[in-house]
Amino acid sequence: MEKRATFSNLWLAAAFIAPQMLLIFVFFYWPSGEALYWAVTLEPPFGGGNQWVGLQNFMTVFEDPKYWNSVRVSLTFAFSATVLSLAIAALLALFVDRRLPGHQVYKFTFFLPYALAAPAVGLAFRFIFSPDAGFVSVINQAFPGLWNPALNGYDAFTLIVLAQSWKMVGYNFIFFLAALQSIPRTISEAGAMDGASVLRRMWDIQLPLITPTLFFLIVINITDSFVDSFGIVDITTSGGPARATELMVYKIYTDGFQGKDYSLAAAQSIVLMVLVIALTFIQFRFVERRVHYR
Amino acid sequence: MIERTPVLDFVTHALLIVSLVALLIPFWIIFVAASHDFHTVNQVPMPLWPGSHFFENMATAWERGNFDRVMLNSIIVAGGVTIGKIVIAALSAFSIVYFRYKLRMVMFWLIFITLMLPLEVRIVPTYAVAADALRPFKEIFGLFGISVGLPEWNLLNSYSGLILPLIATATGTFLYRQFFLTVPDELTEAAKMDGSGPVRFFLEVLMPLSKTNMAALATIMFVWSWNQYLWPLLVVTDQQNFATATMQLQKIVPGPVFGEPPIWNVAMAANLIVLTPPVLVTIFLQRWFVRGLISTEK
Repeated sequence: MEKRATFSNLWLAAAFIAPQMLLIFVFFYWPSGEALYWAVTLEPPFGGGNQWVGLQNFMTVFEDPKYWNSVRVSLTFAFSATVLSLAIAALLALFVDRRLPGHQVYKFTFFLPYALAAPAVGLAFRFIFSPDAGFVSVINQAFPGLWNPALNGYDAFTLIVLAQSWKMVGYNFIFFLAALQSIPRTISEAGAMDGASVLRRMWDIQLPLITPTLFFLIVINITDSFVDSFGIVDITTSGGPARATELMVYKIYTDGFQGKDYSLAAAQSIVLMVLVIALTFIQFRFVERRVHYR
Repeated sequence: MIERTPVLDFVTHALLIVSLVALLIPFWIIFVAASHDFHTVNQVPMPLWPGSHFFENMATAWERGNFDRVMLNSIIVAGGVTIGKIVIAALSAFSIVYFRYKLRMVMFWLIFITLMLPLEVRIVPTYAVAADALRPFKEIFGLFGISVGLPEWNLLNSYSGLILPLIATATGTFLYRQFFLTVPDELTEAAKMDGSGPVRFFLEVLMPLSKTNMAALATIMFVWSWNQYLWPLLVVTDQQNFATATMQLQKIVPGPVFGEPPIWNVAMAANLIVLTPPVLVTIFLQRWFVRGLISTEK
């Protein structure tokens, strides 16, 4: 789209866009370039300039079973949290969209968790699911030692999946509901005339019509689980026990800032960057073009 | 609505109510835990009804988390980021939409690509840049053999360090671009005919028209920047003066000190303090919040 009426003072145009450009250059492009530079060089132990080592840092990363562990944890986490929160959100949105009396209440309340910071969610869930105090500890009273996220890796992993899903349900719900409400009522009514029940209409009419939103949300949820989950993990489990909840972001953070190994952290950053870029591409290329039912 | 389905209606109501309770119960538990004394909160099963120590715990948490200072910091940072984002997004969208120059699309793509580089994936080098924000320019000048005596600009432990790296915004720019594209050309032509230059047109025609956009963007960006955690954690080492509210959660998190039971009541009170502002914003400005969410992400 082009504007017919434009202004011609190009100095002004440059001045208007300059602040944004300066910021993204200093804080986005330069650091990204530097990550790339660090990923292919090594800093000598006694100072001096960085030495070119090619792909050696990547080799070191890829040969490390701990790294593959973090990849596995991240992918499982992304998959579980995305499926869980999308399924619940879709179900809720479908039912709220039936517009029974009182449905307005849900619209205003379901997305509240999304307003919370990830570490706040983490802290709340850490207490609620704490093994010896809090809400869930009752389980341990009945079956001692059944639930302990501080010792059991599976429990800890479940905990962060629940926290992440809880945070994202409301967000997904808003998008699903907006998509459902943009479907013309006449289509559902035509289905009803043909004798399709409410559930049949949900499954065969409404769900297929909101697939574009579904795909969009899948990408957003996966990206968020790669990126924003840092706060949850940092507060609830710190990556433990025994690296069971060490997500890729968390490993980059610990390697870079606690291990002070910039080169290894940079190599891992590059891998994560490629993943996020790929996801964004899928979102804009594949999803936007292929999934069009309307 | 179209037909009578009493059973399904009942199921729908039941499911929605159960979900509502399940989604809101964490808030209730935070509140209840924040209102009991140390002994009661560690009981199993925990009480599900608020106790009488709420204000006492809040006072303790407020003091322990240094919230006097920290809340002020968070408001400055979240406010700064929000205003910065709106101004910068509006300016750059205006430049991209209302001027015709060759690099226009390049600029647009440069902004677009930043979507794919979230802070978390470039965290280590961004931190290094923050130690001296002018270093990129020094190194570029150095590359051409020019030595310019640029000063060192350390962003660590400063408001600018907390604010500037978070201001650049692709989504905000898109939102404004999208909106500017819907503004009729006739309006621009009329303004030009009346002798208005670009600055005047921007300030007196476009800005008042985009109030809705601004409100939507402001609510969502305020919540977003209030909730920032990783970046403040890195930039701020001077906890006394520059810590933000969200950061304090890590400090207040109960440490496993030699079998000592964690001080949950105070931790939950602190959590309540930290989560209240964004929750209030979303409740009271939720129309804008929802609109901002849907229009920035799509």
